[in-house]
Amino acid sequence: MVVARVTADVRVSSTDLGLSSTDLIAIYREMFTARAVSERLWLLGRQGKVYFLVSCEGHEAAQVGSVYGMRPGTDIFVPYYRDLAVALALGSDPIDMVLHALGKSADPYSGGRQLPGHYSSRERNIVSGSSCVATQILHGVGTAFASKYRGEDVASITYFGDGATSKGDFHEAMNFAAVHKLPVVFFCENNGWAISVPQDKQMVVQDISKKAEGYGMPGVSVDGMNVLDVVRATRDARDRALRGEGPTLIEAKVHRFSSHSSNDDHRRYRTPEELAAEREADPVARYRGLLIDISVLDETRATAIEEDVMNALDDAVDAAEASPDPTPDSAYTHIYSSEEV
Amino acid sequence: MVEKTVLEAIKDGLAEELERDDSVVIMGEDVGNMGGAFRATEGFLARYGERQIIDTPLAETSIVGIAIGMAVNGMRPIAEIQFADFMFPAYDQIVNEAAKFRYRSNGEFSVPMVMRTPYGAGIHGGLYHSQSIEVQLAHIPGLKVVAPSTPYDAKGLLKSSIRDPDPVMFLEHKRTYRLIKGEVPEGDYTLPIGQADIKREGSDLTILTYGLMLHFSLEAAEELAGEGVSVEVIDLRSLLPLDKETIMESVKKTSKALIVYEDNLTLGYGAELSAILASEAFEYLDGPVMRVASPDIPSMPFHPAMEFEALPNPAKIADALRQLAAY
Repeated sequence: MVVARVTADVRVSSTDLGLSSTDLIAIYREMFTARAVSERLWLLGRQGKVYFLVSCEGHEAAQVGSVYGMRPGTDIFVPYYRDLAVALALGSDPIDMVLHALGKSADPYSGGRQLPGHYSSRERNIVSGSSCVATQILHGVGTAFASKYRGEDVASITYFGDGATSKGDFHEAMNFAAVHKLPVVFFCENNGWAISVPQDKQMVVQDISKKAEGYGMPGVSVDGMNVLDVVRATRDARDRALRGEGPTLIEAKVHRFSSHSSNDDHRRYRTPEELAAEREADPVARYRGLLIDISVLDETRATAIEEDVMNALDDAVDAAEASPDPTPDSAYTHIYSSEEV
Repeated sequence: MVEKTVLEAIKDGLAEELERDDSVVIMGEDVGNMGGAFRATEGFLARYGERQIIDTPLAETSIVGIAIGMAVNGMRPIAEIQFADFMFPAYDQIVNEAAKFRYRSNGEFSVPMVMRTPYGAGIHGGLYHSQSIEVQLAHIPGLKVVAPSTPYDAKGLLKSSIRDPDPVMFLEHKRTYRLIKGEVPEGDYTLPIGQADIKREGSDLTILTYGLMLHFSLEAAEELAGEGVSVEVIDLRSLLPLDKETIMESVKKTSKALIVYEDNLTLGYGAELSAILASEAFEYLDGPVMRVASPDIPSMPFHPAMEFEALPNPAKIADALRQLAAY
């Protein structure tokens, strides 16, 4: 009974969102790929091949859902360092992730200059970011300003974690965007941890979406472990932005399954029970189960997709490892554009 | 040619660029309704409208950070920081973002923005309306730092800065705004960023300077001419990149160098110039590289008695020139 009702709800929900079965399967493929890439890169880290990593595990539904709520190819994406699945869903290939993690010359995001997790692509409208927290939120406001200035039908989305909402850049960005009714979506991936500092040591409010109120914009909290809920919330915010009604703050409540980075060990500040309980809500497994429940996928087809992804990932790792390192003198290039014009 | 002040030349340059290119906007505190703290954008709001003239909240981080996002997405924003002393909240955005965008994106993104700001002392601005900030910026590869001293240079370099594909920090000495007048051609012209200018030719000594100190140095050089000492005065105009060629040619010719800057002495811009001369002009030098600068106090005190004690002036520069000439 319960399953049947859920099934009907999901059908209505996905049709309403304009998502076909093909889209629903593509979303699963992106989420599964993101998880597989994160896990594989972590292994390469353990082998000493990758010096540093930031995993997106636990954030896959929020990240992939947000991309499907926007219009890739048109809209502008300003991610932060945990957004591996955002970059994948925007068209990056697993090999791009491995080249980046290894800092190879062919690293498409920075040519081996940046730490892994810093995605950038002019072709895909992914704006380069730093390791500083919250600075990129202002850039997303600026890109939205420029789109509106030229009268384009383009929205920007800027991503950040709960930790970033303590910084002035976040507040200044929210304020300016609201004053100018800019077409920007503020997308907060709230996993409850700023590295090792829990949310109750960061702020008094439970819902980060409440921070929107002081700036006169809507704030929405959404279950970030449910990809279709995230698609809907993001799409609503994008529609609102493009109607000229201004920005929205979306808080996607997620869990961080991994340590903050490969240099952190969250077992020092989190209990095994807590971590195990969070894994119960695994967004990838949950969505897989849902697609099987509503007969968009069956076990055989799901397994086929997963094997296909894993095989492609094996090939990607081999190819990336064989790819050349940056030449030392590439440290001296791309400092000024004027030197290259 | 018409005689204009530095401020008028800057105002003309801004207006012409706003008209030439629709992607150019001016954003900052009080740039609209008030026309700028120094009136550099007076009348602009009425002429160009709220679309191109953007009064922002009082929040420097956002002025620079949002300008970066605009520049990344095809605009050419001119972000004004009302006083250089208030740049520091935006320093993260300048150093970690604007300066590194191109490098970190492997050449895919550049940031064609200008940050204009009035700096320097001599107007009784006290601790927080007087500071020189050029060293904090010129230390950062990826930025360009321009500091003109005359109306002609200010307009030509401002236009080049606005058209430059990289982030340019455009430093305007506020004491020169209305004090310094000079001939400025009507209409469009640009000057290349990265070229120093010999403002006075001489053969016995070289002064390397910029900003208000250029004008004090020219006064001192005139005084020394009356004493039979010929001083060459070089206006650096651009601090990053630095025109080493012009500096070297002059010092090789005169064999003596005095560096004059308004910032406090220790680790000021003159420290780098001294190091360059020590390593690259050593064999040509006939005397120690000397510096005239402000003392190492936290900032300019408010009362003129203390301000003028701290600030270099033509007499202090002339004294140093005499010492160096006699060496």
